[in-house]
Amino acid sequence: MKQQLQATWDWIDNRIGFTECMMPYIAHTVPRDARWWYVFGSATLTAFIVQVATGICLAMAYVPGGDEAYESLKYITDEAQFGSLVRGMHAYGASAMVTLVVIHLVQVYLHATYKYPRELNWMTGVVLFFVVLGMAFTGQLLRWDANGVWSVFVATEMASRTPYIGPMISHFLLGGETVGGSTLTRFFAYHVFIMPGMIFAGVGLHLFLLFRHGVSEMPNVDQPVDPATYKEEYEARLKKTGVPFWPNAMWRDVVFSTLVVGVIVACAAILGPPALDASPDPANIHADPMPDWYFWWYFAVLSLLPPSYELWFILGVPVLGFLVLFFLPLFSNKGHRAPSKRPWAVGIVIAAFASFVVLTVYGYREPWSPDFGVEELPTSVIGAEQGPVFEGGKLVHSKGCMYCHDINGYGGHRGPDLSNIGEQLTRDDLIIRINNGGYNMPSFASSLNSQELTKIVDFLMTRVEDRTESSTSDNAKDHADDRG
Amino acid sequence: MNKESNDQTCCQDLDDRRSFYARLSMILSGVIGALIVLPGIGFVLAPIFKKTEQKWRTLGKVDAFKEGATVLVNFEDPSPEKWAGVTAKTAAWLRRVDDAKFIAFSINCRHLGCPVRWEEGPELFMCPCHGGVYYKDGTVAGGPPPEPLDRYQVRVRDGNVEIHTAAVPLTTTLTFDKS
Ligand code: FES
Repeated sequence: MKQQLQATWDWIDNRIGFTECMMPYIAHTVPRDARWWYVFGSATLTAFIVQVATGICLAMAYVPGGDEAYESLKYITDEAQFGSLVRGMHAYGASAMVTLVVIHLVQVYLHATYKYPRELNWMTGVVLFFVVLGMAFTGQLLRWDANGVWSVFVATEMASRTPYIGPMISHFLLGGETVGGSTLTRFFAYHVFIMPGMIFAGVGLHLFLLFRHGVSEMPNVDQPVDPATYKEEYEARLKKTGVPFWPNAMWRDVVFSTLVVGVIVACAAILGPPALDASPDPANIHADPMPDWYFWWYFAVLSLLPPSYELWFILGVPVLGFLVLFFLPLFSNKGHRAPSKRPWAVGIVIAAFASFVVLTVYGYREPWSPDFGVEELPTSVIGAEQGPVFEGGKLVHSKGCMYCHDINGYGGHRGPDLSNIGEQLTRDDLIIRINNGGYNMPSFASSLNSQELTKIVDFLMTRVEDRTESSTSDNAKDHADDRG
Repeated sequence: MNKESNDQTCCQDLDDRRSFYARLSMILSGVIGALIVLPGIGFVLAPIFKKTEQKWRTLGKVDAFKEGATVLVNFEDPSPEKWAGVTAKTAAWLRRVDDAKFIAFSINCRHLGCPVRWEEGPELFMCPCHGGVYYKDGTVAGGPPPEPLDRYQVRVRDGNVEIHTAAVPLTTTLTFDKS
């Protein structure tokens, strides 16, 4: 039996030339010092394989059409055998892929592996990175719930800011002048055919270049890259200390990839796929559009920017970001690779990571957004059971003040906290501010009559810090945290 | 000898022919490529140039709307595909100003297109995405939106309120069309 198998394999091997053509690549010599640093690229590829496999399964039940998409997703999630698991794997696989591709990029940047002769390795990688982000965005949209539909509007509006050809791009994205029957089918084609095709081609080229130029060594302060001598020196060092990629280096990739797939499947099985939002009816006004977590930072940027910079960011982040990354190796392809000799590179990574974390937290909390669900103030906070102060306390809720202003832990965070506004502003100042607005506060002159205004001001004048009772503010804090 | 000269002609000839073959193959490949791709490009780009003919859609009887109230209405796009389902619908905020006057605001925030909500108490339109706020008349009251809310044309015909469909309002900066 074993002999027969061997004979069959020999026959096939002789015809396709696996040992002859492929083995030299798979077993090519690589530096021995990289160890665990280099596992992220292969793990990204593994995550991509998860996406392809689960994506194909989902495509067998998913219907890319107006009403049907949402219904078919409900079927996949709630009824189909293994449907929830497969959808979950696709969702967490997406998160894994975005995360790993970023880690891979950061690692390669920190070690300056993009220098000679691996410029094109980096450039193909940058293209792949942006395609992966495109996949993440279109994937969220294919959920075609209220969130997905409104994401299309946001994408369209962002594209329309492009000078001159903006509206054309928008109508191209929508497949018409409004979101309609031709919109989802287009995004489906991008997500399922065009971008995966680009990834396959890109990964092929990326790997070919990897084999052609060899795996880079760990950066060494004594070995700055000089294009004139690099290749010889690299070969010479490899001859002395290198190990075959398979299996001496690759086992680490396999171990790490196992972990990645394990985490993806575990998350899918335990946490389940992300819940579907309300149905995709464009008349569904109570949608609260929000991107998936990897874009929260950008969501925050779009809220925090003064309008005059906005164009630069809407177009600049994707376009300039791409160009800068893409052409980076053409500007610096020699010299030191070691992070210790490139402090600015380390600085950029730390700064980028810190801003990412801060903006992501901000994007999640959305303090700029009016809080539509605020509760009324309880009488204990208002401090009166009747009279103008009591009515004022009711009016700050019904007139929407509390959508944006916090009072003892109740209310939104867009505007200043009013918990002790009575100490900070005089009666006249309050009246002027409420009537005229300012700093992003609307003027309320036309929507409040003079009695209402007086009551609100009466109430606000009673807002002074309560120094006797610290427990109320603790309660209030708990309450505010519930909001998330 | 004869044979040798034969070889010579053959190979010189071959060089010429080879460059001809190469050029022919490249040109024909280009033709094949164009024949395959051009119809597809036309198909995919067509929606950019298609001008939809906008239509009047009936929203309901005039009396169904209370004076002074701002309500959400929805209506069908001018040329809905048969398979579009709910995505063929568009919504608007309709306000009956007086007996015969109606205003309809687009629900798309002029910042990045999120759905604005009418808030009755403060009489403001508010956007859930990045905190855009608009006054009752659609002008910007706060937040990032650069322009007032877009309006639809509305008219009253035979006791019915009608709305004129429109493309998604795009906030553009530099365009060819200066109007
Ligand atoms: S989309 Fe309304 S504020 Fe950004």
